[in-house]
This record gives sequence, C-alpha cells and structure tokens, in this order.
Amino acid sequence: MRDLHNLGVAELAALLHKKEVSAVEVATRFLAGLGGNPHNAFLDINSEVTLAQAQASDAKLAAGTAGPLEGVPIAHKDVFVTQDFVTTAASKILTGYRSPFDATVVRKLREAGMVTLGKLNCDEFAMGSGNENSAFGVVSNPWESSHVPGGSSGGSAAAVAARLTPAATGTDTGGSIRQPAAFCGITGIKPTYGRASRYGMVAFASSLDQAGPMARSAEDCALLLSAMCGPDLDRDSTSLDVPAEDLSRDLDRPLATAGRQGGPLVIGVPEEWSEWSEGGLRNNDVSLDVLMPLTKALHQLIQLGAKVKRVGLADGNLAIPVYYIVACAEASSNLSRFDGVKFGHRAAQYSDLLDMYQKTRSEGFGDEVKRRIMTGAYVLSHGYYDAYYLQAQKIRRMIADDFQRAFAECDVIAGPVAPTTAWKLGEKTDDPVANYLADIFTLPASLAGLPCMSVPVGQSEGGMPVGMQLIGNYLDEARVLNVAHQFQLHTTHHTQAPGAAA
Amino acid sequence: MSAAKLIHGYEVVIGFETHAQLATHSKIFSRASTAFGAEPNTQACALDLALPGTLPVMNRAAVECAIQLGLALGSHIAPRSVFARKNYFYPDLPKGYQISQFEIPVVQGGAVSFLLDGETKTVRLVRAHLEEDAGKSLHEDFIGQSGIDLNRAGTPLLEIVTEPDMRSSDEAVAYAKKLHEIVTWIGVCDGNMQEGSFRCDANVSVRKPGGPLGTRREIKNLNSFKFMQQAIDYEVRWQIAQIEDGHAIQQATVLFNPDTGETRAMRTKEDAADYRYFPDPDLPPLVIAPEWVERVRGEMVELPWVMAQRFVRDYGLPEYDAATLTQSKAMAAYFEETAQACGQAKLASNWVMGEVSRRLNAEEGTFEKVKVHPLALAALITRVADNTISNNGAKQVFEEMWSSVQFNEDGGRLIHVNIFEGVHLSDKVDAIIEAKGLKQMNDSSELEKIIDAVLAANPKNVEEFKAGNTKALNGLVGPIMKASKGKANPAQVNDLLKKKLG
Repeated sequence: MRDLHNLGVAELAALLHKKEVSAVEVATRFLAGLGGNPHNAFLDINSEVTLAQAQASDAKLAAGTAGPLEGVPIAHKDVFVTQDFVTTAASKILTGYRSPFDATVVRKLREAGMVTLGKLNCDEFAMGSGNENSAFGVVSNPWESSHVPGGSSGGSAAAVAARLTPAATGTDTGGSIRQPAAFCGITGIKPTYGRASRYGMVAFASSLDQAGPMARSAEDCALLLSAMCGPDLDRDSTSLDVPAEDLSRDLDRPLATAGRQGGPLVIGVPEEWSEWSEGGLRNNDVSLDVLMPLTKALHQLIQLGAKVKRVGLADGNLAIPVYYIVACAEASSNLSRFDGVKFGHRAAQYSDLLDMYQKTRSEGFGDEVKRRIMTGAYVLSHGYYDAYYLQAQKIRRMIADDFQRAFAECDVIAGPVAPTTAWKLGEKTDDPVANYLADIFTLPASLAGLPCMSVPVGQSEGGMPVGMQLIGNYLDEARVLNVAHQFQLHTTHHTQAPGAAA
Repeated sequence: MSAAKLIHGYEVVIGFETHAQLATHSKIFSRASTAFGAEPNTQACALDLALPGTLPVMNRAAVECAIQLGLALGSHIAPRSVFARKNYFYPDLPKGYQISQFEIPVVQGGAVSFLLDGETKTVRLVRAHLEEDAGKSLHEDFIGQSGIDLNRAGTPLLEIVTEPDMRSSDEAVAYAKKLHEIVTWIGVCDGNMQEGSFRCDANVSVRKPGGPLGTRREIKNLNSFKFMQQAIDYEVRWQIAQIEDGHAIQQATVLFNPDTGETRAMRTKEDAADYRYFPDPDLPPLVIAPEWVERVRGEMVELPWVMAQRFVRDYGLPEYDAATLTQSKAMAAYFEETAQACGQAKLASNWVMGEVSRRLNAEEGTFEKVKVHPLALAALITRVADNTISNNGAKQVFEEMWSSVQFNEDGGRLIHVNIFEGVHLSDKVDAIIEAKGLKQMNDSSELEKIIDAVLAANPKNVEEFKAGNTKALNGLVGPIMKASKGKANPAQVNDLLKKKLG
C-alpha cells in the first residue's frame, strides 16, 4: 500500500488525476490518521462531510471536470468560517458556532477540488506565537512534544509536519504562518496584503490579517496559493483588484538568471537582523542554532547562482511597539461583536445588560485576548490616540518605505524567522512581553503588507527545525516561491519528518 | 444678518444635526434591503448581524446621494474621505461599533438659504458625512426582556451638521423645512419623518448678546416640525429660567416629550462615552474622482432655486410666485405643464397657488394627488382668458372636475366617475361650461337691455353715483349679474355702466 501520508499536494493531485488512487481512498486514509487527535492539532472533524466531498471529487475526476487539486485533502485553521464544520477561532466565546457561509479562501480551495479534513487548532483569535492560548488546549510540536509548535497557526503547522494532512491553511497577522512553519520544519507563505480575500476570516487585526498556505514544499505552496488568491471585491474592500495568477510559473527559473533583467538573483540580508560579513551571519540576539543553518542556506543559494548583499532596514526595530499598538487597537474593536447578544457564548446568569456584557466577555475570552483588548482600548482612548495609534501609523509607513529602499538594491530579502527554535511549553506563558519580542523578524513584513515565507533550512543541535524567512516586494510571490523552490530542489531540509511521523 | 430677536434679553443660538436616511435600495455596506416596515430581522443579512468573517463593502449609490447633496448645497466634495469606527456597546449595534466618518467627511462646508418673514437667511453647514444607522431596541413588546430588530441596522445615513447660525425656533424650523425640501427634491431621502427617515437634533444655548456662546444642550430625535418648534421654545425658556435663577447650564443630551411639552435630560457630559474613533481598516479611503462628481452633476435634477430663477426669467413670474411654486417638484411640474399648455403663466400661477393648493390642503393631499389634470386646468384658464367664463364660473367648473375624481381604496389609482371620461380635456371643460350654463354673456346688446332695466328700477343708486358716490355702482352691479344669471362679464358690466352713467 502506497504511503499516501508522505506525499505532497502536487504528488497527490497527480495520482488522483491519473486515477491511481481515489479521493475517497485518500480521504479515508487521512481521516484514519486523525484518531486520538495527535498533537491536539484538530478542533473539529466530520468524516461524513469529508467523505461526501471526496465522493464528489471522484465523480468529477471520472467526469473529467476535476479541478487542479481535485481530491487532495486540506485542513483549515479555525479562524476560517465554514458551513460544514464548527468555527471557534479557538475561543470559548464561539463554542459551537456554525457559520451560514464559507470563507472565500475555503470556497476557492473547494472549487479547486480540495477535500476538507477538518478544522485546526490555533491561538485564540490568532493571538499568540506558541499555540498556548487556545481555549481548547495547547498543540504540541511533532518534533518534540514538550515544545510549542509556534503560533498562532500552530495546529496547521503541527498537522502538516506530522503528516496528518498534506496541506493546511493558516493566517498571518504578525508571523502566524511563518513562525510555526519554521518551528515545525514546514513551508508556509503569506501573500501580499489583499491577495487573499479576508471574507470569512474571523478578524483579529484587519489591516494585517492575511491567509496563506502551509505545506511541505514551495511547489505545493505555489499550487495552493494560486488557488486561494484572487480579487473578491464584492465581499472584501481591501481585496486587491489583481487577477488570480499562476504562482508556480517561475518555480524552475535558475537563480543565476532569476534577478532583474535576467541577471543573478540578489538576496538582501538586513544588517539590523543579522550582519552578513565575511560570509557569515552575526547577531548577538539570535541563537546560534538559528544563525548556523541560515548561514549555510545563504551559501547554498550563492552556489545556486544568487548574490547576497547587506541592506539596511533601520526602522525595523520599531516594529514590535508599532505592531502591538496597531494590532491591539484593531482587535479591541473587531472583538466587540462578541457581546453575547447575537451568537456565541452568553453568560448564564446576569442582572442587567452591563452585567451580561461583563460576564459574557470575562468568561468567553482568554487572558491574552483580554490583554490585547485592553491594550487596544487604551491606545485608542481620548488623549492617547495621537501619542500611540497615530504615531504607530506614521512609523508603519516609514517601515514600508524602508523596505522599498531595500528592494531598490535587491530582489528578495532573507533573514531569520525567529530568534530561536521552538521553546518549551509553558516557558513563556507568564511573560507576554518575551513572547512579543520573539516576533521581531516577522512583524516588519506584516506591517508593510509584503509577501513573505518560511523555508526549512535545517535543525538546531537539539534537533529542532529552523526556518529562513524570504520577503519579496509587493505582488512578487512568484519570485519568492522561485527562490524557495530552487533551494528545495537542491536540499532535503523540507523533506525531513519528525521522528514519530517518519 | 439681521439683528437677532431677544427673549428676556437673551440671544438664542441653535445648531442642527440632521440624520437623513438615504433612499438607496440596499444598505450602506451590505446588500440587504432598506425597505421600511418589514417583519423584525427579515432584512438583516450576515453582515448586518455582524457575523464573524463579514466585511463592509461601500454602496456606491449612497456615495452618489452624498455627492448630490453636496452639489445642491454648494459644498466641497472631498476627493478623499475616511470611514472611522465609533466604538460603543449597545445591543442594537451589532458590531460594537458604528461605521461613520470622523476626521475627513465626504461633504464639507456649504449652506442652506431660505426666506423667513421676507428676509433671506443663510445657515452655514460644517459638514455632511456618511454613516450607518443602528438597529432598533424594542422595549415595549417583551416583559423583562428587550427585543432587537436589525432591519434598520446598516441603513445609509447622511448626518448634516450646521454651524450654530440659527437665532430662533422659527429660523430653526424654517431651516429644517428647507433642508427637508432639498433632500426630497433631489431624491436622496424620502423625507418621511414619522418613519424616521429625517431626524433632527437641535443644539440649543442662550447667551447675552455679544457674550461668549452659552453651554448647549442637545435635543435628540425631533421627528416633526411642530415638536421641533415646541421643544426648542420650551428648552429656551427653561435655560433662561435656570440662568436667571443662578444655575449654570450643564452640557447634556435631552429628549422632548410631546405629551408634557417638556425636555428632559437623558445623559450629561460626565457620562459621555469615549468612542475611541479610529480609521476603519476594513474600508479604504473613499476616493471620489472629479469625473464622478461631474457625472452626478450631469444627472442631477434642476434645483428648486435654479428652477425658480428660470420661472422668473422665462414666465415673467414675480419672485414670490416662483419661490412658492418650487416648494415641491410635483407642484412645480404641475405649474409648468399648465402654463405651457395655456400660455398664461401668471394665471396658471394664481390657480396653482390658489384654488389647486386650497383644494389639496383641504384634503391634506400633496401635488402627487392632484385631481385635475394640468391640461384640463390649462383649458379652463384659456376659457377665462378668452372671456368665455368668469372667474367665478371657472371655479365652479374646477370644482366639478375635482369632485368627479376619487381615489380608490388602496389610495393609488385615480378613478374618473363622470360621464366626460375619455373626452378630450379641453372638450371636457367646454362640456361642463355648457352643461352648467356658465358661458358669459358677451353680447352687449342683450346685456345693455338688462342694464337699462336695472338702471330704471334703481333710480336712487343712479342719483347717488352721479352725485359722486362711486360705491353706489356696486348696488347696481349685483342686480345686473343676478338678472344675467351670472353670465354677464363683470368687467363688461362695469364698462357699460360707466359709459351709460358717465
């Protein structure tokens, strides 16, 4: 029997199209792997729905009307609303919530033929970087179950790494696709802000939230992202009016000619993140566990024909305060709708309206969500708005401008995803600021709205995966994926599986 | 500006905020219907319920209403305006924030001018901004609970804000009536005050002439012109009494109770919420290109004051007539059709402002429900002008035509109940004149016989007239008209009398 679990999206799609395996067979095998909910990665499964979708896929495959990804399983982060599965955003306040519609991303992947395996655990409302903030329990890292999988798309990363699904959706507000991808040794990409519709994503920070695929290769991510993106102007006003495109088109371009005017690809390494000199990276705030594989990866890219140079990103240091002001401000407002009036959790006992609000929200939200709502309400308050929110917006523009100056000198930017590999569960639970600081490398691209991804580049001494971040200019996803794919063609880091899954 | 009227030595200062519901078919950010009066919550879609994952998309028709109003009021149409979130918790506010415009509104400046006691008064506008309406809380229909109807949630509103330029309740009501006339004339609002389509808030303060502005109190939701006047008059008296008694006015929001005729404080400034306004990240700035403004300008109806000028210019009407006839679009259209058909503009104006308006007022109808076709009125005026009938006779014909028409039960369609149905309108007028025997006696020989007989029968009046008492003539005209059975032309009778007696 073929080991379907170790196949990627492209391989499964090919087998399904060749009818060497049926969609029902694939779905059945993957559903079988979910028994006991390994790593606590899933929040909802419904085998009836999954098998019905698989049967429909088989019918289409037989009729010759199959979509490009027909019959390939995928699981969705629980911030995408779904008609057929419960959607909670990993929050108690949405316990049992069922949406009357599918998120655009979910719909588009269904239209491409994908079969939904279920919904994936994450940090509550995507707020967190260790998946320790889920109301439904932590997710463990398949590489080392005492460690976090990263967050907020921790369930997605763990499920893909553990071969529970060939692909998952994630959302990235400040690094929530890239960082768990890095921590779990998989590949994930966040597109340019506005490429993927936000319709049907439970909003955390509207000006930052973006959907993206998480899979085991850049090739798979390109297929998935091509299917996910496209204008959705009637449902999302921030959706870009850019036609859907084939983001796999440049995958095979050699790096020696992948740069501007057919020259070699130029990779910029921001000196503020990790100083590139004499062929090595230095940064006292980044663990050697991360710096060493990263340095090696850059050398491999040079061997493949790319050039590496230092670029400046001076304002990147301000990304943490700016992000936590903007994201919390938007979250404080976005989460106001969870008030117990219309849907979701409502306190059982209350004396009046104010009491109902207070009890409902106190019971329904976890600590981190409350912390961010309060921070957000504070920075938007009368008398503080100018000092915090307005100032943050100005710096946010400076950060975006900073990137444009850098992109005048290079084609993509490379650097670490996180300063360390995955930490131990509980290690940072009592220190939210330490958690925030660990986002330093993922926040700038989020604030600028740039496409960015995480590519596995090796492991730490302790055997934990390390990711390299690649950032492209606006709408330059195809180029970022090209770099990642060329790297993966010549390396095997992305094919490594955690012990238990191998 | 004329000297303000003082009340007990105080000057009254009034500014207005008016919420005009825009006459769009669908809501401002969703596609749900805006029709009034549906069963609760049947016109609220996922977005109106603030379901997770829904996002607002601007209704262009609402923007065009704003552009139209701006053009009508001589305002600046902002090429770029910004939607902001006004954050507060209330059960009929599903998202926990209202989308409005705060720092940069779409319509800026402008003015409303109107005639009051023969003087032109101008009220300057600060702004008009687009926003969404909230739902309704139904407190009466449930015991120990409140119902929420979200049909109205998301209905587009323009909030029109004036400078504190009004100096009396008369001016305030005249302003509100003029604004009401304009919004209904250009068709951006149906103006139905009972249904809440046009809601006024009045900011009222008093001060000693030349002194600084007094503290204002805001009277909310004035939904009739009558209550508006009563509420402001009461509020002014109350504020003056307070000050005279040595009490300072506290800034407050008050409600007018039509049953008691009093205003009552709802909340004071101390309870004022901090709305934590910030730009809505779900909506990009509203960009209105000059071409859009010009297209809307090109499609706009002729504005009332422009039409009035044309009436003066083209029909030679006095300004008073022109201003009166352009109070409503239907009235103006009725006049124009009549005037053009009979070529007697001033007579047409007299009839429309006189008999037609009198008849409509008696039935509390508007010009949409006029029962005499303008072409019939034109035919009638033609018969007056060519001396076929007297004015009195014409009124009888008009009455006959008016009362021959009834509205059927559903109030809509006209049913003609007389025998002249289907006859050409001018023939119909002639037929009534004939049937009622109203044709004037224009044959002077027959009239002279009657006059001679009357003169012979009233020697005393003849003598008095000859002695210089011109009033004695009236004593002769009456009997002559009576003898002619009303068919004599009074002007002709006068002429003949003077000739015979002179």
